[in-house]
Amino acid sequence: MARIRRTMLFVPGNNPGMLFNGCVLGADSVIFDLEDAISLGEKDSARILVRNALETLNYNGTEIIIRINAINTSFWQKDLDMIIPKNPNIIMPPKIESKEDIIEIENYITKIEERDNLVKNEIKLIPLIESALGVENAFEIAKASSRVVALFLGAEDLTANLGAKRTVEGKEIFYSRSRVVIAAKAANIQAIDTPYTDINDEEGLIKDSKIAKDMGFDGKAAISPRHVEEINKIFTPSYEEIEYSRRVIEAIEKAEKEGKGVISLDGQMIDAPIVERAKYVISIFENVKGGRY
Amino acid sequence: MKIQNVVMAGSLESNDVLVTLRPTDNDKLFINLESIVQKQFANRIKKIIDDMLNEFNVESGDIHVQDRGALDCTLRARLETALSRAEEGR
Amino acid sequence: MSKLVNSLEEAIKICGLEDGMTVSFHHHLRNGDFVLNDVMRAIDKLGFKNIKIAPSAIFPVHEPLVDLIKKGVVTEITTNYMSGPVAKAISEGIMDKPVIFHSHGGRPRAIENNEIKIDIAFIAAPTCDREGNMNGINGPSACGSLGYAYSDAMYANKVIAVTDNLVDYPATPISISQTEVDYVVQLNSIGDPKGIVSGTTQITRDPVGLTIARYASRVIEHSGLLKDGFSFQTGAGGASLATAFYLKKILKEKNIKGSFGLGGITGYMVNFLEEELFEGLLDVQCFDLAAIESLRENSNHQEISASFYANPSPKGCAVDNLDIVILGATEIDKFFNVNVHTDSNGYIIGGSGGHSDTAAGSKLCMIVAPLFRARLPIVVEKVHTITTPGETVDVLVTERGISVNPKNIMLKEKLVNAGLPIIDIQDLKEMAEKIAGKPNSIIVGDKTVGKVIYRDGTVLDIIKSVI
Repeated sequence: MARIRRTMLFVPGNNPGMLFNGCVLGADSVIFDLEDAISLGEKDSARILVRNALETLNYNGTEIIIRINAINTSFWQKDLDMIIPKNPNIIMPPKIESKEDIIEIENYITKIEERDNLVKNEIKLIPLIESALGVENAFEIAKASSRVVALFLGAEDLTANLGAKRTVEGKEIFYSRSRVVIAAKAANIQAIDTPYTDINDEEGLIKDSKIAKDMGFDGKAAISPRHVEEINKIFTPSYEEIEYSRRVIEAIEKAEKEGKGVISLDGQMIDAPIVERAKYVISIFENVKGGRY
Repeated sequence: MKIQNVVMAGSLESNDVLVTLRPTDNDKLFINLESIVQKQFANRIKKIIDDMLNEFNVESGDIHVQDRGALDCTLRARLETALSRAEEGR
Repeated sequence: MSKLVNSLEEAIKICGLEDGMTVSFHHHLRNGDFVLNDVMRAIDKLGFKNIKIAPSAIFPVHEPLVDLIKKGVVTEITTNYMSGPVAKAISEGIMDKPVIFHSHGGRPRAIENNEIKIDIAFIAAPTCDREGNMNGINGPSACGSLGYAYSDAMYANKVIAVTDNLVDYPATPISISQTEVDYVVQLNSIGDPKGIVSGTTQITRDPVGLTIARYASRVIEHSGLLKDGFSFQTGAGGASLATAFYLKKILKEKNIKGSFGLGGITGYMVNFLEEELFEGLLDVQCFDLAAIESLRENSNHQEISASFYANPSPKGCAVDNLDIVILGATEIDKFFNVNVHTDSNGYIIGGSGGHSDTAAGSKLCMIVAPLFRARLPIVVEKVHTITTPGETVDVLVTERGISVNPKNIMLKEKLVNAGLPIIDIQDLKEMAEKIAGKPNSIIVGDKTVGKVIYRDGTVLDIIKSVI
C-alpha cells in the first residue's frame, strides 16, 4: 500500500527550531531543505545540522525527505555523503530532467550504501520536475529506478522556464500537471503537486489544492505551516468517498465469498483499480481519524 | 589546531546557538558561555563544548557560545560547523 | 458639600491616611495605569511610611514602587498578579514581608471577610460625575468593565474616585455608584490608552500554538460537554485564544448554541456573542476596544464584579456555572499541579488571576501549552510554585501529546476512542527530557518573598527568593 502523502511541508534545513518542530505541524511528510532555502555560504551548516537532527530526533512516524542540492552543483555529493548514513526516508533531487540524472544520483547513493554497509534500497527518491525538459521526460524519470516512489512538480521554476505567468487558475501549468499525473500513474507511483506560494491567500490555496486533487494528484507540497491544515482537508477523502469505498470493499468481499468473479456496484463494474483506490481511501481515513489535520 | 581567524556558525534565533571563534594573542584557550537556560543546562552544554574542542584538537582560541535554548544536537552541529570552517581556514 | 477635591494630596489628607494603613487599587488600566504611581508619589511626598498596598495586579508601569519599597514607604503588598521590575525586585528579596498572593475570586472573599482591611480605596474612573458615580466604558482612558473595583468600593473605609473625564451628573450608565464614594479627584490623565487595551486581539500565528489549539478544540468536541447551552472561558493569548477560533468552526458545523462566555473578554468572545453562539457575556475585564464597545452597546454583554465572577461564597459565583476553561501554564507536574506564578528560574512573573478559580469551578479545565519553552520542558517533577492544585485540572494539551488527569477515566476513554494522541503525563515528561535533556533543579534562597493563598483562604504554597 502506498504511503499517505497528503502534505509535504518544506522546512529550511538551517533552522533548528523548525527542524525540531517540523513533525508536529500536521504534515504527512516534512522536507528538510538543503537547496533553495539555504544560502551558498551556509550549505555546510545546514548539512551538518540536518545530519545531527536525523541522528538524534524522533519524528514519530512523519516521513522525512531531504531536498539535496542539484546535480549541477558542487554540493549534492557532500549532501548525500553526510545524509545517507543517517537513513532519511526519501531523497528529493531538484531540477531533474532525464533518467540519466536519476541514474547518476542512484549510483552515488548505492555506492554509499555499499561503502557503509547500509541496508540497500530502503531510501527512496522523489524527483522534483521543474523544467520543460523534465516534464517532457516525466515518464522515463518515473521509470528510471525502483527507488522512485513519486514525481513532484515544481511550478515556480517551471513557469519561469516556460516564460509564463503563474496564476491561481493554473492554465499555464495545466498541461504540465496533467502530464506529470499521467506519467506517475502510468509508472504506478504517486504525483505531488507544486506548493502555493502566497502565504496569506487562503482562498487561493484552497482553489489551487482542489484543482490538484481533481486532476489526480495524491498530495501537495506546502511552504508554510499555515497551509497544512487546508491541504490535508482537501486531500483527505470525504465522507462520501469513504462510504463508497467501504461499500466497494464489502461488495468485493461478498463476491469472493460467493465465488463470483465480476461484480458491479451502483451499475458500475468494479475492477482492480477501483478496489485499490477503495483500499487506499480507507487506509487514509484510518490513519487520520481524530487528529492528523 | 589554533584558531587563526574569526569564524561564526549558527544564529541568535530561538532554539539555536551562535558560536564565534576568535584567535587569541596569548596562545590560551578561553571559553565563554552565555545561555538563556544557564541554571538548568550550563554543565551539560560546557561538557559538549569541551568534547568538541577535544575532537578538533583545539589548543588556543577565544570560544564564545551564545545559547538560545539549543538542543544538544544543534549545539554539536554549530560547533562542528564553526570548527570545520576554522580548520579549512575560511 | 462637594465631593470634589483639588488634588490627590488633599484627598489623602482628608481621608486621614496614617502610617501602617492599607490603600487599594484596581488594575483595569493595566500597563497604561497612571493612578497607582500618582497616588503613591503623593503618599511618599506627604512623608508616610509602612503603607500596605492592595492593588489587584501590578504591571511593569508600576516600576516606581521598587524605590518606594526600598525607602520603606511601602512595606506590604497584597495582590493577584505581578509582572515586570516590581516582580523581579520582590523575587530578589527587597521587601521584608512576603507578598500575599490571592486569586481573583479569593481577593473579594478576603475583603468581604475583613482579612484585607482597606482604609482608602483609590478607584480609577474613566468616566465619573461630581458625586462619584462612575463607569469604565466611556472617556479617553476607557477600560470597559470595572469588575475588580466593586469589593474595594463597597468595603473600604474611604473611597476616592480618580478621573480624567468628569461628566455632568448623573454619569449613566453607572457601574459603581455614589453611595460608595467619598471623594472625587480630577487628573489630567489617569492612563495611557495604548497600555490599557490592545487595538484588536489577534490569535497567534505560531504554527506550534495553532497545532495545540487544534488538538484542544478536538478535546472539547469529544468531551461530551459540547451541546446547546454550554459555556466557556479562555485566556487572552497564545494557544488559548486560538482554541476559541477552532472551536467556533466546530460549533457552526454542529449548529450548537452556547449559553455564556466568561472572564476577561476580547473581540473574539464578542464575535461569538454577535454570531449568536452565546446568549450572553459575563465580563469582569475588557482586553480590547471591541470588548469595550460591545459592553457599551450590547445589553447581553454584562459587567460583573470579581465577587460575582469567582468568589467561592455560599451564594455561588459565575465560575461554578462554567463548563470549560482554557488556561496556560509555566509549569505542570505529574500530579497536574499548575504554576503560573513563577518562571523556570524562580522569578515571579504573574499570579493566579482567575486561574485557580476557574479551574475549581469549571467542569473541564484544560491547560494548553507548548511542551517546550526554549529548551525547557513544561512538565516537571515538582512545580516551583503551586498556583492551581492538580485535583482541579483535567487535561494538559501540548503539540506532542495530550495527558488526562487519571481521575477522569471516562474522559480519557472518550478521547482515546476519538483517535487523539493521549499519553500518560509521566511518559510525556520522559519524552520531553529525552529530547531536551533533564534540566538541573533551581536552587532558591532563604527568604520567603511570597505566600500563595488559595481562593478559600488557605495557604497553598510559599515562594522563596532567587539567588
